[in-house]
Formats: sequence, C-alpha cells, structure tokens
Amino acid sequence: MSKPIEHDYIGLSEQQLPSMEKSSDKKDGLHLKDTELRLGLPGSESPEREDHDQNVLSLKSFVSGAKRGFSDALDGGGNWVFSGGSGGGTEGLFSPRRGGKNNGGKDLSGLDSGSVLKDGAAQKPSVVQEKKPQVAATSSHGNGNIAPASKALVVGWPPIRSFRKNTLAAHPPKNDDGDGNAEAKLGSGCLYVKVSMDGAPYLRKVDLKIYGSYKDLSSALEKMFSCFTIGQCGSHGVSSGDGLTESRLIDLLHGSEYVLTYEDKDGDWMLVGDVPWEMFTDSCKRLRIMKSTEAIGLVTRQCLLPNK
Amino acid sequence: MQKEMAYSFPDEVLKHVFSFIQSDKDRNAVSLVCKSWYEIERWCRRKVFIGNCYAVSPRMVIRRFPEVRSIELKGKPHFADFNLVPDGWGGYVLQWIAEMAGAYPWLGEIRLKRMVVTDESLELIAKSFKNFKVLVLFSCEGFSTDGLAAIAASCKNLRELDLRESEVDDLSGHWLAQFPETCTSLVSLNISCLGSDEVSFSALERLVDRCPNLRSLQLNRAVTLDKIANILRRAPQLVDFGTGNYAAELQPDVFSNLAGAFSSCKELKSLSGFWDVVPAYLPALYSICPRLTSLNLSYATIQSPDLIKLVSHCPRLQRLLVLDYVEDSGLEELASSCKDLQELRVFPSDPFGVEPNVSLTEQGLVAVSLGCPKLQSVLYFCRRMSNAALVTIAQNCPNLTRFRLCIIEPKTPDYLTLDPLDAGFGAIVEHCKDLRRLSLSGLLTDHVFEYIGTYGKKLEMLSVAFAGDSDLGLHHVLSGCESLRKLEIRDCPFGDKALLANAAKLETMRSLWMSSCAVSFGACKLLGQKMPKLNVEVIDETEPPDSRPESYPVDKLYIYKSVAGPRFDMPPFVWSMDEAVKILH
Repeated sequence: MSKPIEHDYIGLSEQQLPSMEKSSDKKDGLHLKDTELRLGLPGSESPEREDHDQNVLSLKSFVSGAKRGFSDALDGGGNWVFSGGSGGGTEGLFSPRRGGKNNGGKDLSGLDSGSVLKDGAAQKPSVVQEKKPQVAATSSHGNGNIAPASKALVVGWPPIRSFRKNTLAAHPPKNDDGDGNAEAKLGSGCLYVKVSMDGAPYLRKVDLKIYGSYKDLSSALEKMFSCFTIGQCGSHGVSSGDGLTESRLIDLLHGSEYVLTYEDKDGDWMLVGDVPWEMFTDSCKRLRIMKSTEAIGLVTRQCLLPNK
Repeated sequence: MQKEMAYSFPDEVLKHVFSFIQSDKDRNAVSLVCKSWYEIERWCRRKVFIGNCYAVSPRMVIRRFPEVRSIELKGKPHFADFNLVPDGWGGYVLQWIAEMAGAYPWLGEIRLKRMVVTDESLELIAKSFKNFKVLVLFSCEGFSTDGLAAIAASCKNLRELDLRESEVDDLSGHWLAQFPETCTSLVSLNISCLGSDEVSFSALERLVDRCPNLRSLQLNRAVTLDKIANILRRAPQLVDFGTGNYAAELQPDVFSNLAGAFSSCKELKSLSGFWDVVPAYLPALYSICPRLTSLNLSYATIQSPDLIKLVSHCPRLQRLLVLDYVEDSGLEELASSCKDLQELRVFPSDPFGVEPNVSLTEQGLVAVSLGCPKLQSVLYFCRRMSNAALVTIAQNCPNLTRFRLCIIEPKTPDYLTLDPLDAGFGAIVEHCKDLRRLSLSGLLTDHVFEYIGTYGKKLEMLSVAFAGDSDLGLHHVLSGCESLRKLEIRDCPFGDKALLANAAKLETMRSLWMSSCAVSFGACKLLGQKMPKLNVEVIDETEPPDSRPESYPVDKLYIYKSVAGPRFDMPPFVWSMDEAVKILH
C-alpha cells in the first residue's frame, strides 16, 4: 500500500514516515520501534522512547518540507505557522506581533511535553466542575491513584447521558447479596439539579454529589453566577482575576440581595441550610437563587410550618 | 448537441424527476449540475437537514429554499450529552422558528436534536403553522408542559409528537387533555422522558382511543403496570410500544390481563421502557416475543437469568439495548438465539463503582461477534478488553458500521499483555471497511491513530478520550480520514501543530471539538484569523483566555465550518476567534 502522503500537510521527510509496507509488523504483535515515527532533524538524535512519552517535533522539519503546505495557501510567507530555526526563534510561533510576550526561545515541544500534559501538572484536566482541589483529580489521568469509593471525579466520564445517569441514581442497581441497599450509593454517581437565578438568562446544572457541604455548594454557585450579578451577561470581559466579582457576589449572597432556596421532593420551596447536608441532597430537586425581597414570604411560611 | 438536450426538458418534467430524489446528498449533487438545475431544485426542495444550526443562518436557508415543508436542525455538540458543554452555550431554536413562521406557512415537520427549545418557541410553532404534523425533540431542553399544551391544543392534524430523551419541566400532567376531541391523527407519541409526576392518564386513554392510526406509543415512568393492559387493548395496532413502570406485586389476574393484552397486538415489533421490572411479569410478553425485532431493556434492572429467558424467546431480534446485568452468559445466549442481530448496546449498571459488579467482560462481545454475522452497530461498556478479543471481533464482523467501545477506566491496557490497545482497534478499522463511526477507549498511543488514518477511509465520526502521545496522533487522523465529518476529542495531548498543519481539513468537516487538550489560545486566534470559513470558539468558564499568556492551552475548543459567520448569541464564557468580532485585550 502506498504511503499516506497527503499534500496538504506540512511535509515530514520521507524516511520518517511509517513503514506501512512492513506487514510483518502487524502479523507478529507490534514491533513498535520499527514502526515508530521519529520526527526530528535528519541526523539528529530523536528520543528513542518505548513509552512514547515525547515525540519531539522539530520546527525545521516542518518548515522545510512544506511544499504545497497549508502555509503556502496563506500570505505566501509560510512563516506565520512556524518560524524558522530549531528551538523556536525570536519570532514566537503563536504571537506573531507580540514580540515580547511570546514563547521566546522556548521549544515547541514545551507545549506538549510532560510538563504540560503527561503528569497532568500544568494541564487543565477535565476535572470536577468547579476545578476545586477537592479530590486528587489529576491523578485520574495516572493509573490507579483514584479515590477508592467512587469514581465520579472526571466530568462526563464514563460517557453516559444525564438522562440515564439520573434514572440509575433514582433507582440504584439491585444486588444479589442480601443487603441490597448497602451498595446502592455506588450506582448514584451523580445527581444533577437545575439552578436558576432570578434575572439570569439561563439555567445551570450542578451535580450535588460532588459537594460535601453547604459551604462548598455555595461557593461553587457564587463562582457560577458571579457574572450575572455584575450585569455582565451577554458581554465579555468578566475578569475574575481581581477578585472583585467573587467578593461582590458573596456580599450579595450573604448580605441581603439574594437567598438560596430549593424545591424539595414534596414540591415545597425551602431555604437552603436548615437540614443536614445528606438530607438536603436526598430531597433537593432543584435550586433557585431568589431575590431576598421575594424570599420574605418563604421565610415567614417556613417559620409557621411544623418541623419537617 | 448536448446543450440542446439540457434545455429540451421542460422544468415541470425535471421537477417531477427530482421529486423522486429524497436524500440530501443526492439533492445537493443535483443542484451542482448546472445553474438551471440548481434553480429548479431549490424551488422544489421540501426537506432540509442542517447538521449544525450555526453553519448557516435561517435567512440564508429561506432565501435558497423557499418552499420547505420539513426541517431538521441539530444544535449542541455531541459531548453536550456528557455535560461537557456548559449551560447557556447556545443552540436556541427561537430565531429559526420566528423566521420560518413568516417564510414557511406550510411548514409541517420540525425535527430538532440537542437544541434549546423554549415554551415561547413551542407557542410560536403552534400559532404559525396551520398544517403542522411532526414535532420531534430529541435530547432537547428548555421547555415545559405548558409549551406542549400549546402544541396539543393548536395542532389539529398532529401526527407525531416525540420528546425522546428531552428534559421537560413537568409542571402539570394536564397538557395531554389539551388535545381536542377532534384530534384523531396521531401516529406517534413518545412521552417517555416526562418526569415521574402524574400524567393525566384518562386523557391519554381517550387520546389513544380516538387515534386509530397510532403506531408508536412510549409511555413514561409514571404509568404503572396495571394500566398497560388498558392502553394496549385500545391500540392493538401498535407497532412500537414503550411501557412505563413494569413493576407490581404479582397478581394472577393482572398478569393474565396483561398477557392477553399483549397477545392481541399482532403488529407489535418493538418494545422499550421497562423501568423497575418485576421479572415475574416478563412472561406476559412471551406471546409477542417471536415477532419482536427491537427490544430496549436498558433501564431494566433485571439479572442475567431472567434476561436469558426473555431473549431466548426472541429469535427475530435485530436490535437489543440492555444493561450489563446481561453478563457474558446472557450475551452467549443472545449469540445462539438471535442470528439476525444487527445492533447491540450494553450499558453499565454501576459506572462509578470501582470494582465490577457484574460478570461482563470482553468475552460477551466476542461471543456475539461470533454468533451474529449481521452485527453492524455496537455500543459496549465494559471494564476490560484485550487486543486479541478486538482482533477476533473485527475478523468476525467485517460489516460493522458503528463501533463504540467504552472501557470504563481511562487508559486501561490490554488486560492480558498490558500492551496498549492500538493493535486491536487497528484491526477494527482494517477489517471493517465500511466503518462510519468509531469511539475509542483504553490505553492508546499514537499508533492507533496511524491505523485509523490509514484504514478509516469511510470513517465519518470519531470520538477520542485519554489517548495518544503527541500531535502526530491527531495529524494521522486529520490527514488520513478522507470522509471525516465529526471529530471530538477530550483529554488528549494534542496541541497546535497538527491542528494548524491540517487547518484546511477542518473546512471539509462539520465540526471539531477538543477539550482538555493542549491547543494554545494563540493557535486558536491564528485559526480564527486565517480561516474565515471556520468559526473558532473557545469555551472557558473560569476566566477569559486572553487574561493568560497566548501559549496557555484553552479549556475547550469548538471549531465548525459556517457560511453564516460568527454567531451573536454566545454567552460570556464563549469567545469567538473571528477577527471580525472584537476581543477585549
């Protein structure tokens, strides 16, 4: 079979392409080294790694091979994609106009080397929604250092639709052993409830199971809805860097403007915080961040209700 | 000579010929033949399919196709199903409805998938289209039973109302009573997604009573087992039925009533629902099992022995959806009983448990591959896999068109050899020459992508998670998969190089999703600037991407081709990289 040379990729030199004619490779296991792609300057020592940790992609091998490469289709320079020279150049790759702030002399591979990804340190892993260090989330990328009891740590994994997850959660799997309910919580990996906020243009959904306390929940909600309270919805430019956003919402929530309420299993709206956390997560169907002025009636009613 | 021939057919004849051409692909091809065919075709196109609602604007569609009667729109990216797309991202249908209300008074069919549909939109549909027949809301959200009430009340000739897997704000069960007594046209009604609240059952019964053409009915969980018999006796012509709850205390008279009701449904071919099953009631189905071609037990928490018994009564089964309670033993039985099986989906009963709770392994799938030569479509959740098993499956089922494997723990290697599963998936793409859809899992290096790029020539959709070592992986896919339309990637070490090197490829695809990868903000900006036919959107809920260095990877990236330009309904956490949209610096 022919080598997979496509004319619209920036060419890798021929000898570095996978030797697909070696059908023997496929027949007896995988001799990975024989078929391993090595991309480096001809004559340079590219790392011979069994663990595929890093394929150092030299800049030059990209630029030099570009015949009818993508770069040619653009402003003809071909320089905007990869500036010449190995090891980066003064002209940063991704910030052609901003001389000062770029990668400078940093190698391309700095982006996909271990420091960014493999050990997950600097990467932004798709962890628990609020990106809290509640759980050792990065370790979910490693092998086996995951919190023992439950694996609901990575958002959206395993890929099961909410509809199905919530159905399973509501009626946990039965078990063969006598104590059917003991294992019940394993089936309910998450519990999504809707959160609405008076005045916000759309709802959010939160997974109550990932929070351990009211405090965690409330700070997560603060973060989620902070952009709305400053009246910035619909526009960009929400900067949480200065801390103003968060503290203002905290003031708003803890102050007088908004209160957090929830609808319980019976359809009643209650103030959040009165019952033990577990009882709350069991009975909460949805949340609403309500304006204090509207909540007054709610508070009064609650005082008059017998203890639930 | 040829020129004369082209004009020798009057338009009416061409129109008539074109009316037999139903598929979009063929219609699109027809319109490219010449200008006059383009013109004729566009005036007689009645059905439009828009795979990405942001790829084109309503106005553009209306301008080109003035006589549309049926429209299908898809909104959010597929990964929205797994909560990777934040709420408020978009996919609003209101604008479409509003524009079509004016332009297509005769619009009869609206099919939406993963879109946000408000009550306002539903009310507008109810008001605007006098001949409205079909409403399918697949995996949609944003509406309540109030909106449904508007549809029920106004649509005099409604044929189909299908809410499958949508999120509905269930305010009241009484919307069903809004169907006027004169409405007798229903053919299909799917309310299985409605909450556990009361559905007005008497209204439902009356509706079923007066709709003699009802072929497909899916009830929701609130409907109890004892009510099923009543419904079935009113609709013995049903072809497709979804039970509600299938649990009740075993009572002989209830059982015999149910069994009798089922046996009176001579056309019934497809069953679903089965929430909360009491196994003792399953034999009530035995009379119809020989005719069943489709069985969805994916909510049924019944164990393997009961499943085996049921499945062994269904020799004509073509489609089975089931929980992993079926276990390897159940799948072996399936393999020996159901030789016509084309589609198998096995879902996890306990996806978040650390230890396996059932004995379901790769062996079950291997057994099915061996016993069911017509197998085309697989979705399989399991906890272990081996290259050997995958190779066997590939060799047994060369006709696979869809293969989605989810090994629950990310980066799980071949459990026998501890190797990556590259060779196994490589065998799948090599042997299954018609493979259109593939989802990967387990420990995978760049090599698997090499195989995919080399052999996956018909591959249209690829889902990747926690795989690969470097940009080379992504490069193999983008440069090798000629038919690729949708690519979705999460948690892979793919960065800028492959993406930029294959930027032109992106214009030939519907969309690309990358989250928790290593694509830098700078690269996104570059793509946005250089590729005007692409919308490049960065999603970041924590802070604006330009508040960090350009080399910093973006959280989520969604790129899609569009002739409509950047959209204007983006929430604050979505940034367009289009040059035309000013980004704050």
